[in-house]
Amino acid sequence: MTITETATPARPSPSSTPSSGARVLAFARDYAALVLLVVIFVTLSIISSSFLSFTNIMNILNQNTPLAIIAVAGTFVIISGAFDLSTAAMYAVASVAVAWMATHTDNAALALLIAPVLGVVMGILNGLAVTKLHVHSFLATLASSLVYKAVAVLVTGGSLITVTTEGFSDLGRGRVGGVFYAVIVLIGIVALGSLLLHSSVFGRHVFAVGGNSDAAHLSGVRVDSTRVTVFALSGLAVGIAAAIGVSRIASGQPQAGAGLELQAIAAVILGGTSIYGGVGAVWRSIVGVFLIALIGNGFDILSVNPQMKDLVTGVIILAAVALAAADRRRR
Amino acid sequence: MSADSAAPAQSSPRRAVLDLSGITKRFGGTLALDRVDLTVTPGSVHALVGENGAGKSTLGKIAAGIYTPDAGGISVSGRSVGRWDTVRAQRQGIVMIAQELSLVRDLTVAQNVFLGIEEHRAGILRRDQRRRFAALDEVAQFGLDPSARLGDLRIADQQKVEILRALARDAKVIVMDEPTSSLTAHETQRLHEVVRRLTAQGRSVVYVSHFLESVLEVSDTVTVMRDGRRIRTGSARDETKRSLVEAMLGRELAVTFPPRPPAPAADVQPLLVATDMASDNGVRSATLAVRPGEIVGLLGLVGSGRTEIARALVGVDRVTAGTVVLDGQGLGRTSPRRSRDAGLVMVPEDRHGQGLVLARSMSENMTLAFLGRFSRWGLVDRRRERRRVGELVEQLQVRPARPELPVQGFSGGNQQKALLAKWLVGEPRLVILDEPTRGVDVGAKFAIYELIVALARRGVGVLIISSEHEEVLGLAHRAHLVCAGRTFDEVDPAHLSPEDLLRRLFAAQDDAAGESADSAAGTHDPGLGVDVSTSHSEELTR
Ligand SMILES: Nc1ncnc2c1ncn2[C@@H]1O[C@H](COP(=O)(O)OP(=O)(O)OP(=O)(O)O)[C@@H](O)[C@H]1O
Ligand SMILES: [Mg+2]
Repeated sequence: MTITETATPARPSPSSTPSSGARVLAFARDYAALVLLVVIFVTLSIISSSFLSFTNIMNILNQNTPLAIIAVAGTFVIISGAFDLSTAAMYAVASVAVAWMATHTDNAALALLIAPVLGVVMGILNGLAVTKLHVHSFLATLASSLVYKAVAVLVTGGSLITVTTEGFSDLGRGRVGGVFYAVIVLIGIVALGSLLLHSSVFGRHVFAVGGNSDAAHLSGVRVDSTRVTVFALSGLAVGIAAAIGVSRIASGQPQAGAGLELQAIAAVILGGTSIYGGVGAVWRSIVGVFLIALIGNGFDILSVNPQMKDLVTGVIILAAVALAAADRRRR
Repeated sequence: MSADSAAPAQSSPRRAVLDLSGITKRFGGTLALDRVDLTVTPGSVHALVGENGAGKSTLGKIAAGIYTPDAGGISVSGRSVGRWDTVRAQRQGIVMIAQELSLVRDLTVAQNVFLGIEEHRAGILRRDQRRRFAALDEVAQFGLDPSARLGDLRIADQQKVEILRALARDAKVIVMDEPTSSLTAHETQRLHEVVRRLTAQGRSVVYVSHFLESVLEVSDTVTVMRDGRRIRTGSARDETKRSLVEAMLGRELAVTFPPRPPAPAADVQPLLVATDMASDNGVRSATLAVRPGEIVGLLGLVGSGRTEIARALVGVDRVTAGTVVLDGQGLGRTSPRRSRDAGLVMVPEDRHGQGLVLARSMSENMTLAFLGRFSRWGLVDRRRERRRVGELVEQLQVRPARPELPVQGFSGGNQQKALLAKWLVGEPRLVILDEPTRGVDVGAKFAIYELIVALARRGVGVLIISSEHEEVLGLAHRAHLVCAGRTFDEVDPAHLSPEDLLRRLFAAQDDAAGESADSAAGTHDPGLGVDVSTSHSEELTR
């Protein structure tokens, strides 16, 4: 056999620019939810005269604040490779606790403060169940949500607690310069959450635990305490969300927050955070929340059959997740 | 596997069984392959050599349908293929043994081997895969236990399972990507016998390796790649180790070991002393010491308990008896975290399982273990992080030098460099290196040797484990021989030939196997397969 020589330039740089088509595709994949959000926003602005107004936008933001706060913390949970299915139940417990405290102490601030405290406690219990009992987070939080829900029902006897305490609704309804307090709280939480996840040592540990917990352990990361902290954060966020929600409607009941847990997970995944852990971002979850919100708002504005809303939302979630998965599977 | 059913012999032997032409492949901004041609003839071994990141694995994956090429044609037995994916490739008899093993950890060895090609009757699995497995093992003679859980096997044995998997698929062409990177010289010989048996049946092997002696020994044709291009293809007989290195690197390189740093004086207080240490994962009695600036080797056959000793020292496994003393202080219950804080770290052999967080960037991986040094008030100081990572990328010649990319996109050898960097970032006082040059090319290997020697010169203690015994013999000041979870002797590596070493290790293993046969059955340790050791001793006496 003969030796065939081919031209060998002196160490060509291995990287050169990819074709623009490929780049557009890669961008669409990474920012699918964001692109869709912008498209729907622009479309609604054009076809509806009532959509693009300060009041309407502020209302959409305000209405979705509790869900968005929960989704910010949910991002940490999913990136760490876990699920928190107990957010709705924790929301219910926090809601009735706040209302109960308000009616019994007549102190609005004290009552509202009880929600995040309880949330953290419940979150830590979730975290301990996952790390100490070695139960998968899916099961552990499914079980704990039954317990929490039952507690909420027991405390209230299943009925609604109406709050009439002075100043109780300021948090949920008050505003400065037309901006709801709640929205300001959300912006603060998004900023803090982003800083914590993307710029702190703790955030790096969350990514590492979700990406490869064995490697994290061997690197000296406290895997268990990272997990517990993540669940505590989820509880904290639920508590804050519940305080806002209860303050807004001035009543607490054990049915509060039903369905929140799945909405929050859907928003996180729709935004592009990996369900397998290790990859994701806080801003993505915010995009996910408002993408779902705008689809809903569009249906309201266009007064299309509301039954279609869930169908379309479901299809969009499936499409977005499939697009992200296609990239993983095939190169 | 039935030898007589091998069909390819009927076509003319010179006709290509697999032909790739003009293959181009990009990953984002990286041009991994640039119009590469590869022709594999039936019954031959075609080797692919080249630096880390040259594109060898990518080419193999394209042949096996794992990646789709951006341009270029693939034809099998003279017929051009249309759509090409792993299922179609397997049906046409092209199978790949990946560099990074891809097996199901919770299934047994036999289940992994027959995964996707299970024998069934009307959809119901046949229970007895043992006979089928035995037939397969007849060809390979690896002596693996078919009912062992895959996740419990060490890397070298997992590699053998991958090989069996390819054999079970009755492949016409088997692409072996670094099949020997965790095998000892002896096991490599065994693999080469398997390869020869395969080619005698008319099958072909594409053999990707950084072990140039192995390449020259086993292959008929060699293709040299560099930076995504094919440099040349020629008969293995016309090549020497030197000519290959030159073609790979584009420059000459003397492949030797750097001079050993001066050994520390005998009265220097040791950094680490383990006395009669036993662990819950198969270490029975390990006694060793490492002084500052000293390179100490652990020499043993695969499965002798070398890795397990390392794991116990850093606290991944629990120490159940004996003592471990670091700096004159007894380590009570250790954990990887405590060890790290005390300046004792281990670079694990399994870079995907225990080493790297694949989805994260190379830079994040490099700083994960010592993030505290790159942060203030709990926030990461990106600038300081970037500077340190940049230095390491430069020092270890990581290609492409883009540490912000996810580590999973880097070639195997470059991932290995990231793994080393990760543990050197914190400037530990004692480093345990388990297979530090696994999958690394000759040039980078030399860089890693220099790095190890430089560490020792700075006063860092080094404990090195390598299946490439020459590495330990060439670098270490002292070495402990390990067998069946015990350290049983200490040797001077400078005055021990690899052959003598192997003889002593096998002799010790025979003794250990005899002992465990004498003592009551069932006392042997599951962590250290006695099955494997008996098969080795059979081999020796044959
Ligand atoms: N999945 C991927 N995503 C992004 N880049 C990739 C991917 N796979 C390979 N590459 C890039 O393609 C180039 C060739 O990689 P490849 O794995 O083929 O190298 P190799 O020759 O097998 O090297 P090694 O000897 O280190 O295994 C490298 O620059 C690598 O970074
Ligand atoms: Mg490779």
